[in-house]
Amino acid sequence: MTDHEHKSHKDTEPGTDATRVDAPQAAATGAAGAAIPEQGTAPDLTGSGTAPGEPELDQRPPSSFLEVRDLRVHFPTQDGLVKSVDGLTFSLEKGKTLGIVGESGSGKSVTSLGIMGLHTVGQYGRQRPQLSGEIWLDGQELLSADAETVRKLRGREISMIFQDPLSALHPFFTVGHQIVEAYRVHHDVDKKTARRRAIELLDRVGIPEPGKRVDSYPHEFSGGMRQRAMIAMSLVNNPELLIADEPTTALDVTVQAQILDLIRDLQQEFGSAVIIITHDLGVVAELSDDILVMYGGRCVEYGTAEQVFYEPQHPYTWGLLGSMPRIDRDRADRLIPVKGSPPSLINVPSGCAFNPRCPYADVPGDDVTRTVRPELREVKDGHLAACHMAQEDRERIWNEEIAPKL
Amino acid sequence: MLTYLIRRLFAVAVMLVVIILAVFCIFFLIPKWSGIDPATMFVGKQADKESVEAVREKLQLDDPVLVQLFEFFKGIFVGRDYTSGGDTTHCSAPCFGYSFRTEQEIWPVLTDRLPVTLSLALGAAVIWLIIGLAVGVLSALKRGSLWDRLAMTGALAGVSLPVYFTGLISLAVFAYQLDLVSNTFTPFGDDPVKWFSGMILPWVTLAFLFGAMYARLTRATMLEVMGEDYIRTARAKGLKEPVVIGKHAMRSTMTPVLTLLGIDIGALMGGAILTETTFSIPGLGQAVLKAITDRDLPLILGVTLITATAVVIANLIVDLLYGVIDPRVRLG
Repeated sequence: MTDHEHKSHKDTEPGTDATRVDAPQAAATGAAGAAIPEQGTAPDLTGSGTAPGEPELDQRPPSSFLEVRDLRVHFPTQDGLVKSVDGLTFSLEKGKTLGIVGESGSGKSVTSLGIMGLHTVGQYGRQRPQLSGEIWLDGQELLSADAETVRKLRGREISMIFQDPLSALHPFFTVGHQIVEAYRVHHDVDKKTARRRAIELLDRVGIPEPGKRVDSYPHEFSGGMRQRAMIAMSLVNNPELLIADEPTTALDVTVQAQILDLIRDLQQEFGSAVIIITHDLGVVAELSDDILVMYGGRCVEYGTAEQVFYEPQHPYTWGLLGSMPRIDRDRADRLIPVKGSPPSLINVPSGCAFNPRCPYADVPGDDVTRTVRPELREVKDGHLAACHMAQEDRERIWNEEIAPKL
Repeated sequence: MLTYLIRRLFAVAVMLVVIILAVFCIFFLIPKWSGIDPATMFVGKQADKESVEAVREKLQLDDPVLVQLFEFFKGIFVGRDYTSGGDTTHCSAPCFGYSFRTEQEIWPVLTDRLPVTLSLALGAAVIWLIIGLAVGVLSALKRGSLWDRLAMTGALAGVSLPVYFTGLISLAVFAYQLDLVSNTFTPFGDDPVKWFSGMILPWVTLAFLFGAMYARLTRATMLEVMGEDYIRTARAKGLKEPVVIGKHAMRSTMTPVLTLLGIDIGALMGGAILTETTFSIPGLGQAVLKAITDRDLPLILGVTLITATAVVIANLIVDLLYGVIDPRVRLG
C-alpha cells in the first residue's frame, strides 16, 4: 500500500512525499470521517504552485463558496489500493453550475460522495476509504470536521440528486414521508408543517395533484415523476450546494429535457451552486457554466463551457466530443469512439494516464507521456489542461484533424 | 383489502381440503395399493382376527374410496359413529378420527396438546427473534470484526448442536446444579409462575437453535440492504446512523425474516419433538412420537393435519403482514 502511495506521489511532487503518505493513514485511524491534512499542500488551480521542495502551506479559508483542494479518495481492496480520485482541485461559486464529465470509473461519483462525506459513514477498519485533501464549503473545512458536523450539513447545506430514483427512494415509505423526514431532520417542526412543505415542493417540481400524490409510494410514480420527487426531497431544505449525480441517466429521453429545465429553473430560483455529474456532454452543454473533465481520478481539462466545447485542449476531451451522437452527419460517421477501455485505478498507467489510448501519445517525443505525469497548466484565461503536447501542436491537431470531423 | 382477505381465506380453505385429500390418500389408499391391509395397520399386527375385522367394518374399509372419503369429511362436520355389529363407537364432531389403540377420539388429544406446543413455539420465537436480529444486525454492521467472527462461530454452533445436547446440559446446570429454574413442566392453569420457570429452558434451548439461523439470515440480508441506494439516500438526507439502520435498513431486513418465521412457527406446530422429549413437555411432539412407536395411525394422521393447517395459516398471517411492511405487495 505504501509502495503505491510513494510511487504515485514521486511522479508528481517528490518534495511533499512524507506529509502526503501520512494523510490517508490519519483518515483511517482518526476520528470518524476526518482526515487531518495538517501540512497538506494545496496546489492552486493553475497547478504550478506545487513546485518540488516548496510545500505551500495554505490553511486560509478560500474565497470561493466551494473549494476542493487536492482531494484524494482511495479504497483499500483485496487487489490493492483503488485510487478513485487522486488529487482533484476545483472551486465553485454560488449560483454557478459546474459540470463534471468523464467515462465510468473516472471518479465523478466518488468525488461527489466525498463532498457529501458519505464515504466514511458506517465504514470502519480495513474497508474504510482513505480521504485526504481539503473540501471548503462556505469557509468550513469538511474533511477535518467531525462526523456529526458533516451530518448536519448533509441534506441542509449540501444535498444530492441520485442517478436512479427508483432504487434511491425507499420502496416501503411514501414519497411524502421521505420528504417530510428529510425536512424534519434539520427543522424542528411538527409533522403537519413538514407535510405542507412537502406538498408545496412537490407542486413546485411539477407533480400534478401534489396533495394526493404525497401519499403515494415510489413504485406508483413514473420514472420522471420519481426523479421530480427526488429533486423535491433534495431541495426541501434550500441547500446552498446541490449535487446532481447523473440525474437523467435512468430517464426516458423525452423526460430528460424536462428534468434539466427543472434543475436550471430551481437553481435560478434558489441561487444555489450546482455540480452536475454526467457522461452526457449534451447535459453539461445545456446547464454548465464551467466544465471539469475527469480521467483516471484526475482533472485533465477545466474551463468554461465555451472553452471546453469550442477550444478543447486535451485529446481525451476531443475523444468525448467525437463520441457525441450527431444528427447532422452520415450514419457511419456519427460516432467516433475513444479506443480502449478506462484505466485500472489500482495500477494507473505511468506518465499521462491517458497515454495508452491517446492517438497523439508520441507527439511530444522523448517518451515523456509514458514517464512523467502532466500537470494541469493554464492555457489561457483560466482554461486548464493536463497534456504534454506543446500549445501549437494541440492547436494544429485540433484545427486540422479533429474539428473538421466533429 | 377486504376482497383480498376474503380471496386469501378462500384459498386457505381450498388448500386445507387438498391437504386432507392428500393425507387421506397417504394413510388409506397407499397401504391398500401396496398390499398392506389398512385394518391391520390401524389395530396393530399382534391383534386378533376379530378385532381386525371389527375395525375394518367400523372404518368401512371395504367400501369404495369415495364413500370412505365422504364419511371422513362428514365426520369432521357432524361427527361419526363407528359401528360393527352391535358395538358402536361414537366420535363427536369435529371428528378427525378415532384411535382404536388408546380408545380415544383424536380431536380432544390434539386440542389438549396444541396449546402446550404453541406456547413453547411462540415463547421460543420471541427469544430467537430478539437474539437473531440483534446479533445479525451487529455482525452485519461490523463485518469482518472480531465480534462478527465470534458471533458467526456461535451461530454455527447453534445450528449444529442438537437440542438434546444443549437441552440436557442446560437442564443439568441450571435446573439440577444451580436450581434456578424448574425442571418439570407445570400446566399454565395450575401455577403460572412454575409454568414460566419450567418453560424457560425449553424456550432458550429451542431459541438457540433457531436464533442461530436467524442471525445468519439477518446478517446476510442486512449486508445486502446496507449496500442499497436508498440507504445512501437516507444518509445523504443527514439522518443519524441509528435512524438509517433502525428505520430504513431494518424495515427491508424484516421481510425475509418474517417469511421464515411464518414457516418455522407453522412447522413447529407439528411438535418440537426433540425439545418436548428432552424436557418432558406434553405437547404434540410427544404425542406424535408415542403414536409413531405405537403405530397409532389415526393420531399420526391428526397431527399431520394440524401441522399442515398451522403452516397454511402461519403463511396467511405472514402474507398479510408482508402487505403491511411492503406496500408493493399490498392488495396483491
